Amino acid sequence: MTVSLLYPLTGVALISMGFYALVVYPHLIRKLLAINVTGAGVFLFMVAAAGNAGAEAPDPVPHAMVLTGIVVAISATALALVLVHRIYQLTGSNRLTDESPDEKS
Amino acid sequence: MTRMKNDRPVSRTTKGLTAVAAVSLAAILTWGVWSLPPYPDHVRTLVFEKLPVSGVENPVTAVLLNFRGYDTLIEIGVLLLALVGVLSAGPYSAPAPGKQPRPILMLLPRLFLPFIILLSGYVLWIGKYAPGGAFQAGAVLAGGGILYVTATDRRIRSATGIVKSAVAAGLLVFLLVALATLVARGQFLQYPVASAGTLILVIETAATVSIGAILLLLFVGAEPIEAYPNRDRHIEPQNAEKEDPIK
Repeated sequence: MTVSLLYPLTGVALISMGFYALVVYPHLIRKLLAINVTGAGVFLFMVAAAGNAGAEAPDPVPHAMVLTGIVVAISATALALVLVHRIYQLTGSNRLTDESPDEKS
Repeated sequence: MTRMKNDRPVSRTTKGLTAVAAVSLAAILTWGVWSLPPYPDHVRTLVFEKLPVSGVENPVTAVLLNFRGYDTLIEIGVLLLALVGVLSAGPYSAPAPGKQPRPILMLLPRLFLPFIILLSGYVLWIGKYAPGGAFQAGAVLAGGGILYVTATDRRIRSATGIVKSAVAAGLLVFLLVALATLVARGQFLQYPVASAGTLILVIETAATVSIGAILLLLFVGAEPIEAYPNRDRHIEPQNAEKEDPIK
């Protein structure tokens, strides 16, 4: 019982830590890392839930979903990194501001 | 350094409130974990019941490529879309190629690449019986490619025909198989039981090549500026106020 709760609760901890970092840190790459930590928490939670089926083999469906999720997360992260770099190229800033670059004095 | 108007650091109040929100989130989720109903077993039972007709022996591969083939088909499409997005965001300033040959570094990919490709093939093949399959094999392949690119400073041109066909092969073969089953059996992605194993292997082989190529190109990014002689060589930030990119 305690071990079966350890993994989903670690996932819960990762999700909340990712949420905190996502809101608090303005640096875009830190935000991206935070989203990835949250995602890792969700994956851990799902795999742990699949292992708690109480049978001889874990449920393969969440495993397949997590595998799909990891690939989508990697491609989204790569795209986001390129966009962050583009923002840096265009504005010289590594964070989002409320105004567009032309309006700045 | 003067800060931009809306670029204040996060205030202590915001930090405190966020911490409260994060702890509450953790508490709610923990309560949710605690009061989860017993794990529903019918999906798992169904997968193991239908495993003999899936054409493979590893249940995860059976779910990925047969029972929920749609997911994987769309997933390869998502990978391709992400690559299109990365390439169309324009080139970014890649480090200039090393001027001096580095013999020891050059030796590394020469020694390891054949084994990496062999390992990738093994991981692809074993996916039928044990953990493994197209995504893991593609990731191994991409790792080998990244080793090659970083060690030798060779450029991967994303616009050449061979790279384009490697990138497109996975989705193309998957779609062709899906359409063939639609024409032959009237159902999209419903493999005939006798040839399901072969079809899955064909799809996975093409997907491995594509995933390896796409992940490698996601790492490499668009071609550097030197590939476009007519364009400006440097994109300077338009704002003079430059911040440290890794602060």
